[in-house]
Amino acid sequence: MIRDLVFVALALLAVVPAIWVVSSRNIVHAGFALLFTLLGVAGLYAFLGADFLAVTQLMVYVGGVLVLILFTVMMTHVPAAGKRRHGLDRLVPPAVFAAAVFGVLYKVITGVNWQATAVPSKATTAEIGTHLMTTYIFPFEYVSIVLLGAMIGAAILIRERRATDDDEDNREAQA
Amino acid sequence: MNIGLPHFLTVSAALFALGLFAVMARRNTVAILMGVELMLNAANVNFVAFSRYVQHGIDGQIVAAFVIVLAAAEAAVALAIVLALYRNYGSVHADTAQSLKR
Repeated sequence: MIRDLVFVALALLAVVPAIWVVSSRNIVHAGFALLFTLLGVAGLYAFLGADFLAVTQLMVYVGGVLVLILFTVMMTHVPAAGKRRHGLDRLVPPAVFAAAVFGVLYKVITGVNWQATAVPSKATTAEIGTHLMTTYIFPFEYVSIVLLGAMIGAAILIRERRATDDDEDNREAQA
Repeated sequence: MNIGLPHFLTVSAALFALGLFAVMARRNTVAILMGVELMLNAANVNFVAFSRYVQHGIDGQIVAAFVIVLAAAEAAVALAIVLALYRNYGSVHADTAQSLKR
């Protein structure tokens, strides 16, 4: 059935590059693998009938966050000074813990009777817009303040700290 | 095979476990951030899947949109911190930021 094939393709598109993201030694390769994972997740949103979220995922993550990550990777690229010993014993505890978490989640997922029924999906953009302006007006405004704060904070964090003599002048002026 | 809620939850659990592994095992701060993004995406898939199969409303999708917005803000601030780390220590490895450890 074509629906199953599409789902399997999207799930593989999301999970297989994610394995590469977490295992690649080359951080640039990891960033480009993250691109495919994000595309796969956007496809899953579309598969679930969340058309607005799928497009938002493409615009915000692929168009914004991923570009930001790749810029940072390229601005901070440190050539690996020799082969660092990739201690296998260092990777075992995280792998065991992550596998245990996945095992517990899978046990819960398969063990619970979810009473899940799917309703026919319809276009969601208008409904989301209405809810954002009525029911969710307070979180909507709050999140805009958070974004403003994050923007100012990021700008202050990466501001060049130059003109130290100006600082000294200010200190002398205050003294 | 009939695609239903458990399939989406399984994909989401796999993404979450991979992100958790990246956060715990990687030493490059940018790779750790990628792990956090993977975990946020896994949570978002759960929100949307439950919104479609159990709740039959739009609330889950709206919460997922808020999560996307906050993930973008988090990425901006975290990458600014990474750049400040690189400027002060000349490295983006998480182990190098231990000036407070004496």
